[in-house]
Amino acid sequence: MECILKPKDFASDQEVKWCPGCGDYAVLNSVKKALAELSLKKEDVAFISGIGCSSRFPYYMETYGFHTIHGRAAAIATGTKLANPDLSVWVISGDGDALAIGGNHFIHVVRRNLNMNMILFNNEIYGLTKGQYSPTTKRGEITKSSPHGTIESPFLPGELALGAGSNFFARVPDTNVKLMTKTFIDAEKHNGYSLVEVLQNCVIFNDNVHESITSKETRDDNQLVLEHGQPMIFGKENNKGIRLNGLELEVVTIGENGVSEADLLVHDAHTESLVLHSMLVRMKLPEFPVAMGVIRDVAAPVYNDELDAQIAVEIENSKFKSLDELFQSGNVFEVK
Amino acid sequence: MNPTILDSVVIKFAGDSGDGMQLAGSLFTDTTANIGNQIATFPDFPSEIRAPQGTVAGVSGFQIHFGTTGVHSPGDAPDVLIAMNPAALKANLSNLKPACTIIIDTDSFNKKGFDKAGFEESPLEGDLLSDYKIIEAPITSLTKENIADLGLDNKSMVRCKNMFALGMVFWLFNEPLDQTILFFEKKFSKVPLIAEANIRTIKCGHNFAETIEALTSSFTVLPAKKQPGIYRNITGNQAAAWGFLAAAKKANKELFLGTYPITPATDIFHELTKHKWAGTKIFQAEDEIAGICSAIGASFAGNVAITTSSGPGMALKTEAIGLATMAELPLVIVNVQRGGPSTGLPTKTEQSDLNQALYGRNGECPLIVLAASTPGDCFKWAFEATRLAIEHMTPVILLSESYLGNGAEPWKVVQMDELPEIKPVMSSSDDTDWEPYKRDSEKLVRQWVPPGTEGKQHRIGGLEKKDGEGSVSHDPMNHAKMVQLRKDKVAKVADFIPLQKYKGKDASKLLIVGWGGPFGILFGAVNELQKEGKDIAFTHFNYINPLPSNTAEIFEKFETILVCELNDGQFANYLRTQFPQFKFEQYNKMQGLPFRVDELKEKFNTLLEAMMQKV
Repeated sequence: MECILKPKDFASDQEVKWCPGCGDYAVLNSVKKALAELSLKKEDVAFISGIGCSSRFPYYMETYGFHTIHGRAAAIATGTKLANPDLSVWVISGDGDALAIGGNHFIHVVRRNLNMNMILFNNEIYGLTKGQYSPTTKRGEITKSSPHGTIESPFLPGELALGAGSNFFARVPDTNVKLMTKTFIDAEKHNGYSLVEVLQNCVIFNDNVHESITSKETRDDNQLVLEHGQPMIFGKENNKGIRLNGLELEVVTIGENGVSEADLLVHDAHTESLVLHSMLVRMKLPEFPVAMGVIRDVAAPVYNDELDAQIAVEIENSKFKSLDELFQSGNVFEVK
Repeated sequence: MNPTILDSVVIKFAGDSGDGMQLAGSLFTDTTANIGNQIATFPDFPSEIRAPQGTVAGVSGFQIHFGTTGVHSPGDAPDVLIAMNPAALKANLSNLKPACTIIIDTDSFNKKGFDKAGFEESPLEGDLLSDYKIIEAPITSLTKENIADLGLDNKSMVRCKNMFALGMVFWLFNEPLDQTILFFEKKFSKVPLIAEANIRTIKCGHNFAETIEALTSSFTVLPAKKQPGIYRNITGNQAAAWGFLAAAKKANKELFLGTYPITPATDIFHELTKHKWAGTKIFQAEDEIAGICSAIGASFAGNVAITTSSGPGMALKTEAIGLATMAELPLVIVNVQRGGPSTGLPTKTEQSDLNQALYGRNGECPLIVLAASTPGDCFKWAFEATRLAIEHMTPVILLSESYLGNGAEPWKVVQMDELPEIKPVMSSSDDTDWEPYKRDSEKLVRQWVPPGTEGKQHRIGGLEKKDGEGSVSHDPMNHAKMVQLRKDKVAKVADFIPLQKYKGKDASKLLIVGWGGPFGILFGAVNELQKEGKDIAFTHFNYINPLPSNTAEIFEKFETILVCELNDGQFANYLRTQFPQFKFEQYNKMQGLPFRVDELKEKFNTLLEAMMQKV
């Protein structure tokens, strides 16, 4: 693809103020690469964020940006997209911002399906307020606000999104810039609401939270990177796979117990059926690898397209051609 | 028989909330407006959609004041009451004019009806109604009998009874039936049977009124003398919606409404949804917060953005209003006020959200506050709110009231070419030293540069901004400067609005001060006392923040200033902080109801007499 702008052209003049070692840096770099590869113009892109560490993201991009209020980024972005559907609109949010204070907006923006992208930085902790548990913190975790362990069950963002009617859901680790870049490009190309969950590390308050999934030693055995049309194979030796056994998934090894590649599931991201997508989203350690890449990418009616279509029909069919005609329509009377 | 000629009349249709009283009232209003009377209406309905039938809680009313002169409000109390059941009579008994004519549907005046309404015995017997003129009519049974041959079920037949009552009232005031007949022919063109049932019922009611001896005379109200022009009947909420359409057109931009349904503001939203043909974008959000947030997002992207709500919804929007103030984006927030606090009185009127509009945000967060004062002028104030928001790059809160939003009056149709252009503060491509928060010296406003504008990419947000540059700044002196700039920007609006006027140039004793919805009633009360030669004047505010620059000059002319408002003195307190040199007396009412002309006159007279005695 021809790149008019380089990734560095998308960097603003602001000093990046995240903690050294924060996973957000890799996301920032991946987004710049994706925008360059997509040949987007700087002025046609808007990043809209809520509150939290990751929500400082727009300041670091030489595009339009709006750092808004806690939990409301998706609602504000909705207005921006409807006002100017030609913009490439990106919602930047974290697990607290999107799933706690902004939980209502999250399920509705997913359900409504506007053509926008959302990057959900999931570090399973509140960073900016210094270490309280979040809606994705695992049960029993000790945090500043749960010294005796949390007694809440966490949301699984993918499960929540699919339940709300998501048509595009992807998951990526902050350690894989190549996969993130590719996934952000896929998200932008999908016409509809594209949600990308980034398993992101908070080096200060929840360091290594995703370590078992993302470390160099374990990542090959503990991640299944999905690709549409490809069999579900993973593992250091590239010999493990996912098979359907009755109504459940199971991990099998190719070449053992008569299993061959032909027995494995082939990923279909485009099927409308939620059955396998839900199972893939729910796979967790230690029984299963964690699914990465684009899990679901399905075409569906897009809110902003339909609104514009309704307006076009109304303009065509309206009995009024001007406001004066409206004001003088119906029951009017003249005083002489 | 020659009809008696009256100057003005108040009538009220009252019945169960399912009895169609709002429709009967609206149809009477349309005909009355069309023959050229001055009118003002006030629907008064319960917040329950269908409260238990026959109970006082479920009574729905529609009051119409119409006349040749002197119609400044929907009127204090009815001259004619239509009571479709005992509960409707009970609910209105405490507020009737002496010698009021009461039309009663005798079919519902039975033991069951009395029990539900809480009458121990029939109100038709005994002295309870002896001061009034009672017209007994078996409305339900005559309605059914008259259309029995149409083959409708019982429920559909009974549903027509409001038209029987309307027919009687049309006869009583010598008004033609044709417009109402036309309404039914159009509305039910696909179900002609229903159209016929309603039309036959109106005629039957009309004929019945003419035939019975109880109605010994009918009345005529002559058309009012109005400025020549095209008029239409309009509610405040419809007028506001149209004002926004006009403003967006005059700013040459698309209109965006982000909102969430709430009584009594929803009709602005309903009206605008009909006008996608004008390019209007409507977004029904998942909650009040998303309603305003989507509007802020649309404003960021260059649309004329508005959001509509009422008190409880405004509370939820508070944080986002602060964001719009900080981001210095144009936005109009409409609050059609109702009784509060909390859920309060959703269908009743009050002016108790003024403090919320002026002060209800964290931090030093000034913005423009305007208030509409009649149903028709909601158009003007919606337009003006939008103009000020766009030209001064700030959120504007427009206060309306349930009483205005649902009330109606004849409105002189505005021609688009009579309206001023609205000039957004946009940047030009040759503006080489542009910065996101660079201000012009005249209005102190920054430029509106929506995404998509080449070469001017920038970031805004809720964190404090560095003056000019617009980047995030925690510098103490910068914050002090920005607080002052945001304050001065709003204060400077006073240079771009008209001077305050007052009525009563010769007066020097008592100045009546009002704001918002009570305008008509205050005007009417002062007008009557001025005609009696009393030393009284009246000034009414629509620009609340900032106040017009000559406000103090008016106040200093008077011995006593009385601030009248439907709350516990919020505007009076605001004036005390703005003008500590004056003493402000208060007259307040918190019943969920508008003022009445008689109670105002009594208060004003008492004050005037006390002042005379002092001398």
